[in-house]
Amino acid sequence: MKKSVWSMCGMCTVRCPIRVEVEDNTVTWLEGNQHILKGALCAKGSAGPALVADKERPQQPLIRRGGRGAGRWEAVSWDFALDYIADKLKTIIDRHGPEAIMASSRGGPFQDLVKAFTHALGSPNYSNHDSACGRNVHHASISLFGLGRKGFIYDIKNAKHLVLFGRNILSSLRPAEVNQVMDMLDKGGKLTYVDVRQTLTGIKATNFFQVRPGTDYALALALIHEIIKAEGYDADFVERYTTGFDELAYFVENYSAEWAAKECGIKAKDIHELVAQLIADRPKIVFHPGWMLSRYNDSFYASRALNCLNALMGNIEVEGGLIFAKGAGDCGGKGPRSLTDLSPKPTAKRADGVGDVYKQFEKGPGLFHLFYKAMATAKPYPIKGIICVRHDPFACFPDPQAQKEALDNCDLIVSIDTHYSEFGWYADVILPESTYLERDSMIALQKGMKPRLVMRNKAIEPQADTRDLYSIIKGLATRLGLDEYFPHNTMQELWAWQLEPTGFSLADFEKKGFVEYADKPVLYDRDKLEGKFKTPSGKIEIMSQKLDEWGFPSWKPYESPAKPPKGQYRLVFGRSPIHAHSHTINNPLLNELMPQNTLWINTREAGKMGIAEGDLVDVISGNVTSVIIAKLTDFIHPEAVYTVHGFGRQIPLQTRAYHAGMSDQKLMKGQLQNMDPVGGGLNLCETFVAVRKSSKNHQRKREL
Amino acid sequence: MNTYTLYLNNKRCIGCHGCVVHCKANKGLPVGPILCEISHERLKSVRGVPKTEFKFRSCYHCEDPFCVTICPTGAMKKREDGIVYVEAAECIGCMACAGACPWGIPQHNPDTNKAVKCDYCMDRLDAGLQPACVTKCTTHALKLVTMKEI
Repeated sequence: MKKSVWSMCGMCTVRCPIRVEVEDNTVTWLEGNQHILKGALCAKGSAGPALVADKERPQQPLIRRGGRGAGRWEAVSWDFALDYIADKLKTIIDRHGPEAIMASSRGGPFQDLVKAFTHALGSPNYSNHDSACGRNVHHASISLFGLGRKGFIYDIKNAKHLVLFGRNILSSLRPAEVNQVMDMLDKGGKLTYVDVRQTLTGIKATNFFQVRPGTDYALALALIHEIIKAEGYDADFVERYTTGFDELAYFVENYSAEWAAKECGIKAKDIHELVAQLIADRPKIVFHPGWMLSRYNDSFYASRALNCLNALMGNIEVEGGLIFAKGAGDCGGKGPRSLTDLSPKPTAKRADGVGDVYKQFEKGPGLFHLFYKAMATAKPYPIKGIICVRHDPFACFPDPQAQKEALDNCDLIVSIDTHYSEFGWYADVILPESTYLERDSMIALQKGMKPRLVMRNKAIEPQADTRDLYSIIKGLATRLGLDEYFPHNTMQELWAWQLEPTGFSLADFEKKGFVEYADKPVLYDRDKLEGKFKTPSGKIEIMSQKLDEWGFPSWKPYESPAKPPKGQYRLVFGRSPIHAHSHTINNPLLNELMPQNTLWINTREAGKMGIAEGDLVDVISGNVTSVIIAKLTDFIHPEAVYTVHGFGRQIPLQTRAYHAGMSDQKLMKGQLQNMDPVGGGLNLCETFVAVRKSSKNHQRKREL
Repeated sequence: MNTYTLYLNNKRCIGCHGCVVHCKANKGLPVGPILCEISHERLKSVRGVPKTEFKFRSCYHCEDPFCVTICPTGAMKKREDGIVYVEAAECIGCMACAGACPWGIPQHNPDTNKAVKCDYCMDRLDAGLQPACVTKCTTHALKLVTMKEI
């Protein structure tokens, strides 16, 4: 039987809307939803059916029988696995209380379920990966606008100028956003790209600045300085909606283009030229405040400066600028119900200290890496059980060895994932979740200019003994006597309950696969933005009252980043459009296109070490040495070496990915707790590595 | 006379290699055969910006294709609209076609032990659709162009 199913891609966390054609429980075609993406999908999206068919993903629940990480697994039934976990959880709760259990899930629209389960247990300790991703950007945005980083939509399509600091927007690709960028360029818009290397994004740039690693903040400050000096900012907007402009002007006094040029290793003339362009293009400019900006120890301030440039340009709530993300309420509607509303709000303090020791961080998912501290020290109280749902902390946070040592204090480690994760391999139980094509997901609200309800419909029945997340959580909840918080027996019941207050029904999704709250983009009156900024003053706080209260400066005096010692390089990492970090490395079709990563080295630096293109090189940090193929390029800063994140996996059952390429996070020795104290993001680009030509290169032909 | 060609707007192409996988997924190909390719030259600095452009290549669908002439079973055919394709039922997997092609374009499918190549997704074309690589191109950079005699 043939059918067409509206669904949502799950190959990466962008979650593109898709349409899937199915015949006899097999996917015969899938494409981006024509109503939003006009069919477009990336390589990963098309490789979804290859993930479904891959036998190198867990096929049934597994329980560890050898030592942790030894890889001796026993295949068990779902009932057995869920009973086993429930028993262990009960023991932990009896001995240490429910707060000794933490859970983490993939960020995005589907956090509700895992968060609700954590709260139902009675634990406040819900987390996700964001301390290795967008926390700095999020907190910087809150300190300025009173709104998180998802509080604004970037209207790139209508912009005249897009400014990206290390935001490799065309590689870390979100198809809808990428098309906005290409449309902007087609219309003659300008792209300014700042990075330590040239990228797929930078090759499309009008202006390209290859800066010294760790100097983004310097360049952003200089832009503020020059724009203020030239009086090129939107004085009316600044006067009306911001506080602290004079202090900022005073603060940036010494940060001229000439100063930044020296600091960043670029030309002052080019900065002046950029400033002139920016002033002319105002207000249709988007300064991207960064996405994954857990990089340097001033990334919080760099992001704050970029967002401040948005405010100075007065590009808020204008076409081609930053638009407030609208919710159901902005359209006179109501959002869907959340499971979190059913479960009791936890009263215990968080074990990561967020909201308590660390007042500057928003509670939400807290900061995952700080839980390792709690595990290791049993302070403020012990963490004894951990459940990670489609989150692989070993692939995500620095120094997996240090993570393992902390985890050894836990009595229960559970991994729920569609594929084997490095974390799962070290776990006590692996529960295989059905892939996105084989599972239904909860209905979620996507805020935007036209807010909409989205959902993922199961396209095919599971091909292995796997389950969808709601069944898994419900199975655990039932065993723990928490049924009342998960009262729905089927996804249909759950969806109907979620939709009830919205006034929409499942039938409304049939036409396009989603439901919109508005026909046209909803814009606020730009002359009445008072109260829209959720800061204490109700304005954009260039000088933040909250930061002041917590004892942090709104603007940190710039400190020049350390130069790597001789023979060493700053290790930086990034994305390829072919892989979604570590999730896809073992996917047959994506692995075929990109089976391993390389180490980018500046050609002249490589020459000094006698390294030629294609040579194997050793990359050394502490007691970790990795071997990787060298890629020589003129277009990377000589202080940096670069690699694509996600490789160097060590799961024997993933034969394609096993030991292919190099893992950057394993080289980040001793960096697990090195975080930006104000933003909470980890400093993932603060590791220096030694590089040398490897002895594994063939010296002579010795064999026949 | 060839009716179609695939045109890549390299201003819009971002080198994501989506087309390669769209093609493989549509044809249900295993690891091995790749029917279209995205390539680029090394970066060169143009007015301070290191640049390169992407090229797309599938099959040229030659006017007078060697692969068709050499095929011992007549499985390699050229349609009236110019599309060169493999009639799978007739193919014995000898891969003489790949040897005859100056670019080695026909590929061996290890699952079926037959030759496989770009046929502009003619089943989709005949159904009024576009080739997989065009329909799903991430940035809508690929277009199927109908050629006209000038």
